[in-house]
Amino acid sequence: MDRAATAARIAEVIAPFNKNDVAIDETTSFAGDLEWDSLTVMDFVAAIEDEFDIIISMNQQAEIETYGQLIDAVTKLQG
Amino acid sequence: MNDMTPPAAVQADLFSKFDPLIETRRALLATGVTDPFSLVMEKVLSPTTAICSGRETILLGTYNYMGMTFDPDVIAAGKQALDDYGAGTTGSRVLNGTYAGHRAVEEALKEFYGMDHAMVFSTGYQANLGIISTIAGKGDYIVLDIDSHASIWDGCKMGDAEVVPFKHNDIEAMEKRLKRIPEGAGKLVVLEGVYSMLGDIAPLKEMIRIAKENGAMVLVDEAHSMGFIGPNGRGVAEDQGVLEDVDFVIGTFSKSVGTVGGFCVSNHPKFEIMRLVCRPYVFTASLPPSVVATAATSIRKLMHAGNKRAHLWENSRTLHGALTQLGFKLGTAEPQSAIIAVIMPDLERGAMMWEALLREGLYVNLARPPATPAGMTLLRCSLCAEHTAEQVAIITGMFERAGKAVGII
Repeated sequence: MDRAATAARIAEVIAPFNKNDVAIDETTSFAGDLEWDSLTVMDFVAAIEDEFDIIISMNQQAEIETYGQLIDAVTKLQG
Repeated sequence: MNDMTPPAAVQADLFSKFDPLIETRRALLATGVTDPFSLVMEKVLSPTTAICSGRETILLGTYNYMGMTFDPDVIAAGKQALDDYGAGTTGSRVLNGTYAGHRAVEEALKEFYGMDHAMVFSTGYQANLGIISTIAGKGDYIVLDIDSHASIWDGCKMGDAEVVPFKHNDIEAMEKRLKRIPEGAGKLVVLEGVYSMLGDIAPLKEMIRIAKENGAMVLVDEAHSMGFIGPNGRGVAEDQGVLEDVDFVIGTFSKSVGTVGGFCVSNHPKFEIMRLVCRPYVFTASLPPSVVATAATSIRKLMHAGNKRAHLWENSRTLHGALTQLGFKLGTAEPQSAIIAVIMPDLERGAMMWEALLREGLYVNLARPPATPAGMTLLRCSLCAEHTAEQVAIITGMFERAGKAVGII
């Protein structure tokens, strides 16, 4: 799946987690802009993993701060 | 001052990261409540009673499940070891810190669990830290429950493995993650028998079966179940008939055994090499001779403690039923262990309830985030086999009066 198709599917997964309807672009940060707590992050990561049938280990999550970085990582992890 | 003086360097305060916690604590104490995290026990009278702030207090938050701390045989063994071997070893287990007593307690553990190898650490924290970080290294995968104890998380971080958590006790979530791990990678599944915050147990039978089907080794922390869960007190894995399939059992001496220390037991044929490669085992002083002597005596007595186990279960069921009837919200619908977690609406009322209970003469643990799951504030009660039925009735009355005074029931 290419980056654009991956981005489109991530956009669908993230919608129910974006409770404050923050406008999301590539530079949006999960901790800063979306203000997610650790439990929300866990549930969201699990949803992304299940959607794409991948593992995003905690080690990899530490490198993902923005929405754009998440799209890059998921695109890459699908191989 | 002349112009040659270099400008003073700006010093970033490394403590500024603690400001939010300092503020939370200040705000809580400003309400006038007693600080729940600085209680001092002035005198300990028995496994179930102590003097706190001059008042005799029933202890309901000690993890002293089997009441071994004041067992006469245990105390006699400790005193004898102090006389025979001195106050401490002043050395690592691999150098001058292995005495006859250290070997004896490892023999007792091997018999207790019916396993080939036992390795004793200076604390339970170090047992998890050491074993997990040493066996799962770079390129390996650790799949673990999100509600795992801090010592498990710290072991994961120290070992540099890829860390993959799954939702608490969710068998399907665990299986999905195991199946996605690249072929050929080393896999370790880390579970706990009893989760100490809510006192719930894990579905080990299914989880261990799935872990094995997917080629993973399994480590189970039985810290809160040793001594009283399972026909021989070996823990939840024994109770569910799957102890044979557990590669590593982690446990502690600081709960049912009644002293301090940690251990790992295993049937892995190469297990003994851990004594040379496990840094939290090598680079610290071993337990004092009196501690290993009390632990060995206690472990051997726990092998034959069926009546005490039965009484502890009775206590757990009675208190769980009584608190439910009073209208408290508990961590589990049925009593699953000797831990009963009473869920508080928020930290402030939790602290008020904790203080009201202390005034009644009852000590419980106040547990708050980040130690608790889902941001909960809990009053965590742990029962002891030495609590009498009368004490359990008194405890129930204390909860009723305190709960009504604070407006929780």
